[in-house]
Amino acid sequence: MSILSRRFSLFAGVLFATSAITAQAQTLLNVSYDPTREFYSDFNRAFNQHWQAQGNEALQVQQSHGGSGKQARSVSEGLRADVVTLALAGDIDQLHTSGKWLAKDWQQRLPNASTPYTSTIVFLVRKGNPKQIQDWDDLVKPGISVITPNPKTSGGARWNFLAAWAYAKQTYGSEQQAQDFVQRLFANVPVLDSGARAATNTFTNNGMGDVLLAWENEAYLTLKEHGADSFEIIAPSISILAEPPVTVVDRNVDRKGTRAVAEAYLQYLYSDVGQRIAAEHFYRPRNVAIAKEFAEQFAPLKLVTIDDFFGGWQQAQAQFFNDGGVFDQIYQQQ
Amino acid sequence: MSRRSSPVIPGFGLTLGYTLVYLSLLVFLPLAGMFIYAAQLSWSEFYAIVSAPRVVAALKLSFGTAFIAALLNGVIGTLFAWVLVRYRFPGRKVIDAMIDLPFALPTAVAGIALTALYAPNGFVGRFAADLGITIAYTPFGITLALTFVTLPFVVRTIQPVLADIPRELEEAATCLGARPLQVFWNILLPALLPAWLTGFALAFARGVGEYGSVIFIAGNMPGKTEILPLLIMVKLDQYDYVGATAIGVMMLVVSFVLLLLINLLQRYVAKG
Repeated sequence: MSILSRRFSLFAGVLFATSAITAQAQTLLNVSYDPTREFYSDFNRAFNQHWQAQGNEALQVQQSHGGSGKQARSVSEGLRADVVTLALAGDIDQLHTSGKWLAKDWQQRLPNASTPYTSTIVFLVRKGNPKQIQDWDDLVKPGISVITPNPKTSGGARWNFLAAWAYAKQTYGSEQQAQDFVQRLFANVPVLDSGARAATNTFTNNGMGDVLLAWENEAYLTLKEHGADSFEIIAPSISILAEPPVTVVDRNVDRKGTRAVAEAYLQYLYSDVGQRIAAEHFYRPRNVAIAKEFAEQFAPLKLVTIDDFFGGWQQAQAQFFNDGGVFDQIYQQQ
Repeated sequence: MSRRSSPVIPGFGLTLGYTLVYLSLLVFLPLAGMFIYAAQLSWSEFYAIVSAPRVVAALKLSFGTAFIAALLNGVIGTLFAWVLVRYRFPGRKVIDAMIDLPFALPTAVAGIALTALYAPNGFVGRFAADLGITIAYTPFGITLALTFVTLPFVVRTIQPVLADIPRELEEAATCLGARPLQVFWNILLPALLPAWLTGFALAFARGVGEYGSVIFIAGNMPGKTEILPLLIMVKLDQYDYVGATAIGVMMLVVSFVLLLLINLLQRYVAKG
C-alpha cells in the first residue's frame, strides 16, 4: 500500500511538472460535449495552421469532453473555458443565468444562431435490419428493444426523445397521443445509459437492443469503427434538427486576454475548411455549397426545429425533462 | 513525584490539534457545507424530495445491494484471508497482491469490463442467459460490481488479526476435546469478529456511495435499477443543486446511523 502511494505521488509530481512546462505556450480551452472528440482534434490542427499562417505564435488548444450538462456545470463552477461548444443551447443559457459567465444575447453573436454545424437523430440497426425497422412506428411494436441514453443525464437523449415526440405529434395529432407513443417507446427500452457513448457501447459491444437512437455523426462513426458489415443506418421519415451551439465565455477570455484568438477560433468553424472538417466527421455543415459536396452521406430528412416545434429549449426542458415533467410521468405510470 | 507515562509521539496538544484541523478541512467542512446548503429547505420540502417514490426505490436498491455485497465479501473475504494466512503455496504473494487491484483500477474501467463480461452476449453472461439468468442491467449486476470494488476491505482487515492468533490456541482447544467446528465457532470467530465487522462496515459504506463501476452495469431504469448516486447526478444535470444536496444529506444520515450501529455492535462483541 505504501509503495503504491509513493508511486502515485511520484506520478502526480511528474504530471504537475509537465503541465507547468506546457503552460508556457498560449493555450485555449475548448469545453465540449461527448461525441465531438475526433472532430475537434482535427479542427484544432487546422486552426493552428491557419493561426500561425497569419503570423501568430503556435497555439495549444486543449479539449475537454463529457456530458453536455456536466460540462456546463464545470464551467459555471470555475473551469476556465475560453470557448464552450455544447450539445444544446439550454446548457449555455445556464452559464448566463448561473453567474453571468457570458452575455445574455450570446446566441446572436455568430451566424445561424451560433450553430456552425447541425446534426440529427437517426436509427442504427444490426446488419440486414433483421427486425425491419424503418420508422418511429416500428420502435413501439412489441418485442422490439430500443437503446437510448437517459434524457435526464444526456443531451443527445433529449434530442432522441423530442424527435420521437415530434413524429408522434405530427402523425397522431394530440399531446396525449404523443405521450402515449413515447411511453410505449420507453417501455421497449431495457437500459438507460448515462451518456451517448455509453449507450453506443451497450448497443455495439454488449449486443443489447435491436435499434440504437443516435446522433447521426455518432452513428456514422460507429459504422466507420465497426465496419459497414455489422450495422446500418436507417433514416426515419421525420426527425429533429439538432443544433449544438458554440460561444465565447466572456468572463474567462477577458480575464485571460484570449478574446481575439477565441473569437477567431469560433469564426473558423464557419470557414470552408472548418465546414469541410465538420462534414468529414458527419456533422451537417451550414454552408450550402459544402453541404452539397457531401450530399450523398446525409439522407434528406424532414427536420423539425426546437424553436418552431417546441418553443425553444427552456420550454422543452421544463415541459419534458424537469422533475415531474413528461419523462418522469412516463416512468411513474409504468 | 509523579511521572506520567509518556507516549512515543510527544505533544498531545500538537497531535490532537493537527488531527482536528486535518479532519475539519477534509471531512467536517464539506459535510457541514452540505447540511447548510440543504437547510434552505423547509422540513416539508425536504421530506417531499426524499420521500418521492423514485428516491425511496433508489434508497432501497443502493443500501440493499451494498449490504448484500458487503455480506458476500464477509464470507468470501474471510475465506481468502484464511487461505492466504494459513497456507504456503506457490503464487501466494501474487494472489496477495492481486487482492488490492480493485482499489487501484479506475472504477469506470471495472464497470465497463464487468458489463462486457456479464452482458447477455458477454463471455460469462452468455451462459447465464442460456440458464435464463440476466446478470448485467439488473440489481444482480449492481451487487456484482459492488462486490468487486469492495473486495479488499474484509480480506485486509481480517488478515493481520488471523495471523496474530497463535496456533497453540487451536491446538490447546483440540487437546481439550473440541471438535474442529467448535474450535472455529468458539475460538476463532470471537477473535475475528471485531475486525470482520470493521471490514464489513467499510465495504458497506463504500458500496453505498459507489458510482463509477455501477453506472455501466446497472441499466439505470427509474425505480428498478437506478442507484442513489445516479439520482444525485440526475438532479445536478437539471441544475437542481438543492434537490441533489437533500438526497446527499439523507444518504449521509442513513449511512451514519448504520455505521454507528455497526460500531456499537463491534464494541459489544469486543467486550464479549
